[in-house]
Formats: sequence, C-alpha cells, structure tokens
Amino acid sequence: MDWIAKLKLVVFPLCLVPLAWLVNAVTTNQLGPDPANTLTRDLGEWALIFLCMSLAVTPARKITGINKLIRFRRMIGLFSLFYAVLHVIAYLAFMLGWQWQTLLEDLYQRPYIIVGAIAILILSVLGVTSTKSMMRRLGKKWAKLHKLVYLAAGLAILHFVWLSKSDYTEVVIFGSVVAGLMLFRIPIKKRLS
Amino acid sequence: MLIKTRKSGDVRSSEITSESVYQDRRRFLRMGGQFAFAGMGLALAGCSDAADPQSAKKMASSGSGDVPQLSAPDWLQQKVASSKPSRFTTDEALTPYANVTGYNNFYEFGYSKDDPAKNAKNMKTDPWSVVVEGEVEKPGKYTLEDMLKPHDVEDRIYRLRCVEAWSMVIPWVGISLADMLKRFQPTSKAKYVQFETLYAPEQMPGQRSSFSAIEYPYVEGLRIDEAMNPLTFMAIGVYGKTLPPQNGAPLRLIVPWKYGFKSIKSIVKIRFTETMPRTTWVKSGPSEYGFYANVNPEVDHPRWSQKKERRLPNSIWEPNQIETQKFNGYGEEVAHLYKGMDLRKFY
Repeated sequence: MDWIAKLKLVVFPLCLVPLAWLVNAVTTNQLGPDPANTLTRDLGEWALIFLCMSLAVTPARKITGINKLIRFRRMIGLFSLFYAVLHVIAYLAFMLGWQWQTLLEDLYQRPYIIVGAIAILILSVLGVTSTKSMMRRLGKKWAKLHKLVYLAAGLAILHFVWLSKSDYTEVVIFGSVVAGLMLFRIPIKKRLS
Repeated sequence: MLIKTRKSGDVRSSEITSESVYQDRRRFLRMGGQFAFAGMGLALAGCSDAADPQSAKKMASSGSGDVPQLSAPDWLQQKVASSKPSRFTTDEALTPYANVTGYNNFYEFGYSKDDPAKNAKNMKTDPWSVVVEGEVEKPGKYTLEDMLKPHDVEDRIYRLRCVEAWSMVIPWVGISLADMLKRFQPTSKAKYVQFETLYAPEQMPGQRSSFSAIEYPYVEGLRIDEAMNPLTFMAIGVYGKTLPPQNGAPLRLIVPWKYGFKSIKSIVKIRFTETMPRTTWVKSGPSEYGFYANVNPEVDHPRWSQKKERRLPNSIWEPNQIETQKFNGYGEEVAHLYKGMDLRKFY
C-alpha cells in the first residue's frame, strides 16, 4: 500500500464528517426552528464544496507536481454526488413531504429547481461512468463526457444565484472559486494573449 | 385571560397538533438524542427549548416568567407592562420566545436567520425619535415617549407569514396604528404612508455589505386605508416585554395579512404622501415583490410556491406544512380593501 492509498483511508472518513455533524445536529435539535430548510441548504452547500474540491485536484497536481493526487479525484467527485443526492432527498422528504404534485410544479415553473436538477443529472451520469471498466469501455469519449463537470459546476452556481433572495456574499465566494478553477484550465499562452 | 373571538380564518384547534402531542414529540426527540449522543445530547437538547408554547402562553398573559427584560427605559417598560388583552387573538399554539427572537430576518444585521440575534445586541434604541412629515397638519420630530404617551397599550396575537413560506404565531404588545396616525392629522392629500428604518451602518453590519441586493435605508409603505385598518398595529413589545433589538426595537409595524417584509422594523420616519412610495423590495425585484404583498396562496412567488407554509417550530419528522390562507386568514377584516382589484396584477 503506497502513501496515497494510506492517505485515502484517512480522507474517506473525513469526507463523512459533515454528514455525521448534520445527523447529530438533527437528532439533538440544533438546526433551529426550521430544520428541514437548514438541513437541505447545508447538504447543498457541502455538495458544492466537494465539487469545488474535485475541480481543485488537477490544479493541485500541477502546482505540487505530485501526479498521484489524481487518485483522489474520483472519490471526492463521488462525495459531491453523494451530498447532492442527500440534498435532493432532504428537499423531497422534509420540505415537500413527498408531494409529487409540488415537485412537478417546481420542475416546470421554477428555473432554479430546473438547473439544479440538470446539475444532479450530470453528476449522476459522471458517477455511474466513473468505474474503471466504464473508463475502458468509453475510451477517448470518457474524458470528453467528464468535461461535463464544468457545466454541472456552472449550473450549481446558477442554482445558488437564483435561489438567493438578497445577499450574494456566499454566491460570490463560491462563484469566484469555481471561476478561478476554470480559469486555471485555460492554457497560460491563451490566458496571456 | 385573553378573550377569544373566532374569526372566519382562525384555524380550528382540531387542526393543530395538540400541545401534549407536541411536547411528547419533543421529549421523544430529545430522548433519542440522549441515547445516541449521551451527555452531549442532553446538554444541547436542554438549551434548544428555552420556551415551549404552554409556558409561553402563560408568560404572555402574566408578563412574567423566563422572558428576559432587555435594557429599555423605565417608562417604556411600564408602558409595555400596562398592556391589556384585546379582541385580536387566536387559539393557535404560540411560537416559542426563543424562536421568535432567535430566528428572523432583519437584513441590517446580517443575512442568516440567526444573525439578527447575534449582531443586534448592542443596537442603541434609547433615546429614540420619529420624524413625521409630508401631508400632515402636525409634522415634526417626536420623541418615542411623545409618540406613545396618549395611547393605551394592548396585547395582540397575530399569525406572521414570511414571503419565504414559513410562519409563526406571535403575541405582540403595542397600539393601533390608526390611533397613532390620526393624531398627526393627515391631510386629504395623504393617500399613502411611508415608513423608514434607522440607517446606521456603524451599528448595522448588513448596511455595510458590498453584495447586498437591497438598498438602505429600508423603506416600506401602505395605502392610507390599509394603515387605518383596525388590524394594523404598531408594536413596542413581544411576549409581554419590550422588543429585543433584533425584532425591531423600539417601534415596529405589524401588518398581519401581508408578507412579513411589509412589517418594517425600528422605524425612524413616517411620511404621508400623495403617490405610492417606492419600497425597498419593489425596487430590488419588482417582478417578485409587489407593493401590496398580501398573503395569497393563489399567487406564487416566481421562484417558489405560496400555497403552503411551514409553521415554526417544526422538525424534519414533522414539517408542519399547513395550507396558506388568503390574507393570512384575515380576509373578513381586510378583503373589502381590495374589492374590484385584480390581486394577480397587484400582488
């Protein structure tokens, strides 16, 4: 077992800490008087944080020169999907009380729900095709398909912008992080010219 | 004891979780927490239920108990303490004091629901004065004491429906707005009343934010007949004590049939005008927030449904989703104000 594999054994449970914290907060009544709303929001933010971290792997690799860091990318990306799915479940179960009628209305009336749903759909496809055998099967197409993560990140930010009512501080922070990470992917030559 | 008159919009007590069931659920959740998280659960659950509806109700009527008296001038404390029950009440369970004062929007103090309680602690609310201007016979700068002195103070329990689809039931203390406004003798040109919140960036961090989507000072307004409606209320207290700063001390409006953002806090200016005031939320998003902002399940906010609301406090196991009522259940008193108006157009 090399050091990356060992480190992964530490990082994996760390990625579950936000969930443990939220479960504890729910069961001990610490999420305030509107816990469903707070829980859904927090899960969504964690999904976005993990998405940003997965986008940060490549820049981190290039900056540190440690290429092996790539082996964290799939795990972190899957955690983003994991929190995004929990975010949707919390929304459906605790905020909508499984009222499918309301969900359908939301889906065709409310743009922020629509873009959020598309982002989740993309993350799910990327999740399903993240296995080694899928990589092999898709060959060159795999890399192309997984470029969709940039679209998912953009839609997630848009989802956040559209649901914000008044203060954009958090949105601006997440937006700049994603923008920064995207900018890193434009080759320096292009950036300068 | 409060005298209860049933209005058409009052929710029948059979529709409400009974207080004992509610208490049992809380106890169950707390027990679960204690088992799962031993000592930690115990300590944390203990501090999260500072007030339950039962004792809250007692406190509201007796003016004593665990509701703290925050710093306020003696005369104001006495004024609030002199309040008498009124006909405006409901038998719905009260939202606990801790939630009313710990979970609300007052963007001048931050954008999270718990920011106002954290950041408003040191807000200066004494001395306080209110400028009255515009289309009135008696304009001027009035001290808070002058504003309140001639009036009797009463208790009113109102539902509060936030535009964000959550709601509370809150026992306010205050005076009828109509009684207060009449003293300034509005002229025949006074078609609207505009209110303004304190502008004090050195005390209000939200007013210093660079990414705020709303302009300060916060401005709200009512049509004169809305302002003169017997339901419209100027609050100076909650739960039998003076208002905490996060809830709009020392003087705030309560318009119970409109979304909460109409009920402007910490008022420093009242202006009578001939034309419709340009209010803060209308300026920030005219397609999303209208001047009238009447609670209306038939007209959705463009980004979310207004058909239902989450009555707070709730839990994830019991979201407490209830149907939103037109005019927040106060139609009998106010529907006539909008006769012949298309409420989809004038939202």
